[in-house]
Amino acid sequence: MRSQRFLGYAYLAPYLIGLVIFTAIPFLTSLYLSFTSYDLMSSPQWAGLSNYERLFTRDRTFEKSLSVTLLYVFSTVPLKLAFALFIAAILNYKLKFINIFRTAFYVPSILGGSIAIAVLWRYLFSTEGLVNMAIATLGFAPVDWFGDPANALFTITLLRCWQFGSAMVIFLAALQSIDKSLYEAASIDGAGKVTTFIFVTLPLLTPVIFFNLVMQMVQAFQEFNGPYIITQGGPLKSTYLLPLYIYEEAFKKFNMGYASAIAWVLFAIIMVLTLVAFWSSKKWVYYAGDKRS
Amino acid sequence: MTDFPMPNASTTGLDQAAAAKRARMDLISSVVRYALLFAVGFLMLYPLIWLVGASFKTNSEIFAGAGFLPESPTLEGYTKGWQTSTPYTFGRFFWNSFLIILPKVIGTAISCTMVAYAFARFDFPFKKILFGSVIAVLLLPNVVTRIPQYILFRDLGWLDSFLPLWVPSALAGDAFFVFMLVQFLRSLPTDMEEAARVDGANSLQTLVFIVVPMLGPALVSVCLFQFMWTMNDFLGPLIYISSVDKYPVSLALKLSIDTTEAFEWNRILAMSVLTITPALVVFFVAQRYFIEGISAGGRKG
Repeated sequence: MRSQRFLGYAYLAPYLIGLVIFTAIPFLTSLYLSFTSYDLMSSPQWAGLSNYERLFTRDRTFEKSLSVTLLYVFSTVPLKLAFALFIAAILNYKLKFINIFRTAFYVPSILGGSIAIAVLWRYLFSTEGLVNMAIATLGFAPVDWFGDPANALFTITLLRCWQFGSAMVIFLAALQSIDKSLYEAASIDGAGKVTTFIFVTLPLLTPVIFFNLVMQMVQAFQEFNGPYIITQGGPLKSTYLLPLYIYEEAFKKFNMGYASAIAWVLFAIIMVLTLVAFWSSKKWVYYAGDKRS
Repeated sequence: MTDFPMPNASTTGLDQAAAAKRARMDLISSVVRYALLFAVGFLMLYPLIWLVGASFKTNSEIFAGAGFLPESPTLEGYTKGWQTSTPYTFGRFFWNSFLIILPKVIGTAISCTMVAYAFARFDFPFKKILFGSVIAVLLLPNVVTRIPQYILFRDLGWLDSFLPLWVPSALAGDAFFVFMLVQFLRSLPTDMEEAARVDGANSLQTLVFIVVPMLGPALVSVCLFQFMWTMNDFLGPLIYISSVDKYPVSLALKLSIDTTEAFEWNRILAMSVLTITPALVVFFVAQRYFIEGISAGGRKG
């Protein structure tokens, strides 16, 4: 077994090389760059805290972009997960065609990130688009989806909620693995459907809720294609999410230092929220009878 | 059950009433569930059905009604859209997408298999920390490494080539796949591998002839997800590819939006349909692997 001590590293080599070159070094470099002024032409100039100072005291665009991003993430993630869980709970029943429904609901997740769907969204929510036609049939006035700052972000939120399929599949797999005898026991004790769901099903689902929550949050903070294609960040920067701002600072204006500072603020927010989720998970995530290593 | 108090009189009558009630509740429940599922399914999928229908409509008809069947079907959107406003047709852009996807998928499959094999079957110093780093990379937002990566690729002279899209994946950069394969491999028994070792196979032979065949379904999932994600990837090519002749379909579609006359809707819609077709076809042919892959990823959270 002695030879195996290092044999493992032989198979690990691609990952180790990639980890150092494409993750670890860039990670530290971007932290360094965030304290510099760097336009790609000359070498980075040390700028101390001035990037961060500008971000937090003078940059109105950042202020707007940050609040839009937080609004987007905190509205999209709960909405999407609640919907995914709701549909999974409906599907988790002795229904025929359950697989057909599961497949159909998963299709948007396959396509949702593509440019084609972002294009489709522009047509759906345009003034004469399908959504307004449906609204008109119901007897309401058409909505100005892209022209009104109050509505534009909602179209991006809907695009992400539309892709609830992957979260739903994970919920459904977890629901199907719940021991049926627990439901029988609850029913004998006289618990109703809702009570059973809240006190039996939900606690057993907390591991996957936690997993979905963290993954969806990390992804939502990085939403780019939707606002870039559908609304171009407008109107009045109402959909100008932070990844859009970072992209324009870095790859349009080549303010690499300033863009790195924004990226690090975004990273810090994601990291803090992820840590809060992990830390709080000890209190609310329930792992049924297993001692996790 | 034995100590459950049961009234003796008219038990059968009560049972029948209860059974009938339960059957009725089951029926109502099924009906409500089906109704909800059909409604949600319709809402979810109608936009896609409309998209396909609208791509065969004339420009004047697209915003005329909510129906999806074109009144006078035309291929104009496809023929005109395929030509694009560039010197290249969409055929070129599909070929570019293929050139990006194929090496990337192969590199991902090989490197992630090796790394998963290392984590699942070997003991080595710092294993726990290194596996922890897989989770960290999985959760690390790309946004924080993107700028230095760009600078690195510029210094290497790799800008405007496919290398920045291939190489990180070929070095097991997509931690999600490593994680998925490790979970899968850990759940497999090792007796076949031990038998092979007793017969004198070395670790590489064991990997190629025993482990890879057993990994089959999970490996197919990895390839399918990587195919789909790369097909949909927009930001990567947007940053690294600048010549139009190297554009993948995602960039080409964005270019069509910017350069097509504002009223030529059917060209854009037709090309949108074409760009999502490969992913849809692959999904319907191999949906089992998608669903299993995504469930496996979440199971062990």
